[in-house]
This record gives sequence, C-alpha cells and structure tokens, in this order.
Amino acid sequence: MSQIPLVDYLVLGDDPHLVANECTACGARFFDRRNACAACSGTDFRQVRVATEGEVQAFTIVSFAAPGVPVPFVASVVDCDGTSVRGNVVNTPADPEHVHLGMKVRLTTVPVGTDSAGTEAVGFGFEPISSSEGGN
Amino acid sequence: MAVNGDDIWILGIHMTKFGKHPELDTVDLAAEAAMAALADAQVSIKDVGVLAAGNLMAANAGIGQQLQKQIGQTGIPVYNVANACATGATALRTAIMAVKAGETPVGLAVGVEKLAGAGLLGGGGRPKSDDDTWQPKGRYGAVATVDGRIGTETMPGVFAQIGMQYVHEHPYEGAEFELFARISEKNHSHSTLNPLAAYTKKMSLEQIMGDVMIAYPNTRPMCSANCDGAAAAVVVSGEKLRTLSPDQQRRAVRVRASVLTTDPWEEACQVLPNVNTLTRNAAAQAYEQAGVGPEDLDLVELHDCFATAELVHYDNLQLCKPGEAIPFFESGATWRDGQTPVNVSGGLQSKGHPIAATGIANIWEICHHLRGEAGDRQIEGARIGLAHVIGLGSACGVHILEAAA
Repeated sequence: MSQIPLVDYLVLGDDPHLVANECTACGARFFDRRNACAACSGTDFRQVRVATEGEVQAFTIVSFAAPGVPVPFVASVVDCDGTSVRGNVVNTPADPEHVHLGMKVRLTTVPVGTDSAGTEAVGFGFEPISSSEGGN
Repeated sequence: MAVNGDDIWILGIHMTKFGKHPELDTVDLAAEAAMAALADAQVSIKDVGVLAAGNLMAANAGIGQQLQKQIGQTGIPVYNVANACATGATALRTAIMAVKAGETPVGLAVGVEKLAGAGLLGGGGRPKSDDDTWQPKGRYGAVATVDGRIGTETMPGVFAQIGMQYVHEHPYEGAEFELFARISEKNHSHSTLNPLAAYTKKMSLEQIMGDVMIAYPNTRPMCSANCDGAAAAVVVSGEKLRTLSPDQQRRAVRVRASVLTTDPWEEACQVLPNVNTLTRNAAAQAYEQAGVGPEDLDLVELHDCFATAELVHYDNLQLCKPGEAIPFFESGATWRDGQTPVNVSGGLQSKGHPIAATGIANIWEICHHLRGEAGDRQIEGARIGLAHVIGLGSACGVHILEAAA
C-alpha cells in the first residue's frame, strides 16, 4: 500500500525522521515552505535531518478540543538536539502521572487514515524511551 | 500642575459592564463606551480628530465607520485595527501616535467584542475538501488537519505549554497544577470587588482544581472568560490639556509610556509562540520611556488569558528578580494587599476577555485607581500603574500611566 506523510517535513520509509529547512547563512531552522529567513532574511536553504530523539520541554494534556479531534491527547514541544519540534506524546497514557517535563522521547509514526485510492496517510508523534533502553 | 506640551494624556475613559449582553450588538456596545468616554473627558465627538477602532471577530466590517454612523459622522480619519488580543492596545497606540505626531490634539480609541458563548478559540483547522484523496496543502504540505495530530492549536493548550515551559526551565519542587490554580484563586478573589467583571464569585482552590479540565494544567476557571464588552479612551496632547478646565486637568492621566512590539526571531518561536521576549522588550522600552522602574509600580494589569500565562509575565515585566516568578507569587506579592498588586480587576479569568476591548479595559482599570475612583477595590494612594496585553502571533502592548496631581 502506498503511503503519504501527514506533512511534507516527515520522511517515511525504513528510517522515519523529520527534515527542516535550514538557512545556509545563519543556521535558523524552519519546517514550513520559506520565502526567506525570519532571522537573517537570507534566501538560501538546505534540507537537514532533525534528531529523532529528544526531551519534552513543555506539554499540555488537551481534554477539550475542536469537534472531531479525539481527546485526551498530549501536545508537546520536544527539544531534538537543539531543534524544537511540535508533536504529540503517544504510546503512553495521557495523564500527568505518565508524562512529565524533561522526559526522554523518540520519534515514531502514527497512522492517520486511508483515502479512496488506497493511499495511507502517516503522521508522527513522540513515544517515551523507557529507562531500561537508556538513550539508544 | 505642570503640563508638558509634548506629553500625552488620557482625558476620558470608559469600560462597559463585561458579561452577556444579548440585547446589544457590537455597535451598541462600542457606542456606549465611546459616548461615555467622551462624556468622562467633557469633550464632544466634534472635538475628536482621529478614531482608531477594533473588533477582532469582524475585523473586515469597519467597526470605526459603523460607530461613526451612530454617534457622529464628522469626516475624520478612521483606522480600523486588528492585532489579535492586543487589538485594543493597538487602537489606543494608534490614537496616541496620531496625537504625538501633531496631526490632531484629540484622539479616540475604541475596542469592542461580542464573545459570550463563543466557546473554545483556536484549533479545528480547515474543512475537508471535496476531493476524497489526500492532497498536500499549505506551507507544511499537510494532507489533513494537524490540530490534535501535531500538538494543539487551541488557546488553552498553547498557553498551558507556555506556563509549563517556565516550570521546566525554573525547577520547582511543588505541584505545578496547584501553583497555577492558586494564581486563579487570587484573581477570582480580586473579582469580588469589581462590579463590572463578568464573574464576581470567589472560588476555592478545591473548586478551581476540581472544575472541568480544559488543557492540563488549565481548568475552566483558569481560562479567560469569553464575554461581551467594550472600552474606549479619549487621548489629548499636553498642549491641549493646558487649555482645559482644572477639573479635566485633575482627572487626566498621563501616558508615561506607550509601546507595541512583535516577537523577534528565536529558535522555537515558530513551533510554540514565544510570548516572553516581546513582553520583555516592551517592558524594557516602556520603563526607559517612562523613566520609572518596576519598583515604582503601584499596580499592574497583565494579560492573564490563562493562569499559566500570568506566571511568566511576572518575570517578563521584571516584577520579580529574573527567574523568580514562582517564589515571588508564593510570597503573596501579587495579591491586592501585596507588594505589587496584579490584576486587582479580577483579570481576564473573571473580569472577562472581550478580545478587542481588553487592551483598553486594562488601561481603564489603572486610570480608575490613579484617579482614586476605584471604590471598594481602590489601591490606596496609587500613583503609577502598568497595563500589558499579548496578542498571539504575536503583538505586545505595554502602557505606563501616572496620576495627574
């Protein structure tokens, strides 16, 4: 079955990871299509791989959302080796006993759905790295 | 009183009752605020040379001209402004800039919103397309709504993360949920003295923590209250004020600083809005313009759109030592009998947050105290106050005000 990423900065395949548009002049990183760099106004970018492991630097547990958005879920900002990434914390219960500031997480893929042509959309989230696994 | 001709003064100001006004539309509310502000200033719409107006939810409808058609079509320039939750402060700043530039001696700023029953703001995303196959759209090439799949776009969730980030960066031994709930307990307690607040009920810590969870750690009473309301202010030059009556001069409030900033680029700022740096920049500019420091402030109205937001602004506005917002709050400093009373109006969590009105309503609260007219909730002897708003996107308005005599 063919797959399509939920967003174009997610690279699927055997080694799922995120990519950023990095300004070649100042190193600022962005996930969206760019006209220029918001930091230095440079216009030259290269695509760089973002680390797939990181640390939760902020989170919330959303219990009340727009219609059609399943709750509860954990929204977070993950520091992936110096690049901040927005994503949900997944594969763990969405409560303050299981999610905490500073927890170590790694990128994983999450199914979104299949369209009428049989193409599966795939998103991403961050799952806890259990302490027994260390920082692999 | 010595009045410097170049200074800017608030001559008249008004805030409507915040809450549910099913019988009034936005123009009714704006007209009530504008006419009452003009009466408070003891001037007429014919004296006004510029009108700046904001109504965020109908930003393309031209609220300024709609207002003129009800209270006076005098042909003056109208600037309809929209700047998220900083819309009211932007309208005020626009009127101030026009007066400061010498274009006119008298300006009027109005902010109005009908928001009662609006529910959750932010989030959701675009409707499904007619096509039933995945089509990448927008700047992220998204094939489906990302809200809820890649974090949250709801306001309670965004600001929850902003507060949690502060706790992460400033390690705290206590329980974060209770810490933020206690900020809300303070503001709900303050609201009991404000007859114009949408909600004036004291709430216990248990009630606040036990209420409906919206986005951890923000429960419903820790979120700003959607409601209807309007506020308006008349600003004049010092040169104009000199020509006015002793009573007008006595009640005028001096604008010591008027600042608007946006967020400078920093790592992560396009991932989670950074409401800190632009507030820090606005505060630093405002203190410099005013020639006063945070220790000179008798009261502060800051943008507590969520309990999690209030905490970070203690630090951003330099009300505490850098990094010490949590012990500062825990010392009781921000209660109305504390060292720096914050949100004695009840704040957005209980007074309410009719978006475009908020950035003028907080100025009204400060003026009310500086004029000694705040009744039961008067901060005795208040001379200098600061009003702050944040609009996501982002814009930050900071005004520092000083009593006349």
